[in-house]
Amino acid sequence: MSKVLVVTSGKGGVGKTTTTAALGAALAKGGQSVVLVDFDVGLRNLDLVMGAERRVVFDLINVIQGDANLAQALIKDKRVDNLSLLPASQTRDKDALTSEGVAKVIDDLRKKFDWVICDSPAGIERGAQMAMYHADVAVIVTNPEVSSVRDSDRIIGMLDSTTAKAKKGEKLEKHLLITRYDPQRAAKGDMLGTDDVLDILSIPLLGIIPESGDVLRASNVGAPVTIAEPDSAPARAYTDAARRLNGEKLEVTIPTERKGLFDWLFKRRVA
Amino acid sequence: MSSFLSNIFKRRSSAPVARDRLQILLAHERISVGDGKDDLLAQLHREIMEVIKRHVAVDQDKVQIKLDRGAQYSTLEIDVEVPGLTDGKPAAPAKPAPDKTKAKPA
Repeated sequence: MSKVLVVTSGKGGVGKTTTTAALGAALAKGGQSVVLVDFDVGLRNLDLVMGAERRVVFDLINVIQGDANLAQALIKDKRVDNLSLLPASQTRDKDALTSEGVAKVIDDLRKKFDWVICDSPAGIERGAQMAMYHADVAVIVTNPEVSSVRDSDRIIGMLDSTTAKAKKGEKLEKHLLITRYDPQRAAKGDMLGTDDVLDILSIPLLGIIPESGDVLRASNVGAPVTIAEPDSAPARAYTDAARRLNGEKLEVTIPTERKGLFDWLFKRRVA
Repeated sequence: MSSFLSNIFKRRSSAPVARDRLQILLAHERISVGDGKDDLLAQLHREIMEVIKRHVAVDQDKVQIKLDRGAQYSTLEIDVEVPGLTDGKPAAPAKPAPDKTKAKPA
């Protein structure tokens, strides 16, 4: 059955778009059909992270306003089958994102794909609300850092009150994804621990993504890290997170000090 | 170790790729976002479609548009399925098969 997933955080720059791309590609590589929808109207970036920026003809707003149909606006990924992108508009304003329009598009996408992954803009305004409204599942992307945790708490509150599921009195499935986790700083005790974050937000943990140059390199070349560097630590963490979204029970491992002979020797155990 | 070795031997730095991608993207984007007007490709796309619509009833579902914005040249591919001749009337001055219009502005 088709699921709508929102990747959200409140705070900007924590890794929503990176996560949308990486999780989406991992799910598609697992054989499911996936569409990534960019809700950041006016400041789209998912197309760039996916390496599709040169191929955008139509966008979400064009579809909502009837200037193009879905098939025309969807951009198929050239590397992974079953992976498509619906870009956000770069020029038009957020008011074009009407509730009815978004509902119709999401409804149509549900019929075509196993996963509809909505990349939320930062903040708590219209774009963010539209991105989360139809979600069955939410992935809350959080950095182990005070302002990010606070904003995530705020977003969790919104997920529990303003979404379609919440209004129907149903429970929306929520998962915490900790990104930019720095094992070195964690070892020194200078970073909020995973336990602390989980304690404060009290939602189940989907995974911990280590801070890594692989993520930056992947975005430089325009590929999700799970495609560009599939054996890297962050890609493995994202792939495991994708499997957990599909209900697999995998233990979450806390990333240790990175890349060295030591790490290589214990790679099996970590993975 | 294999990934470590391949990292050394195969990996080219990614920053130049990022720079090139951004230069191409922004060159196109500054035009369209800057003054609110369409860039050349968007304008061509719109006008080509207007001309086609003037001659045939175009079914949105039978139109495929592909775009590839490049540094040297861009490709705009408009693939329209034009209905064949019906009751002897000359339909459109176009081929009955899918018609490809390519535009390659410098």
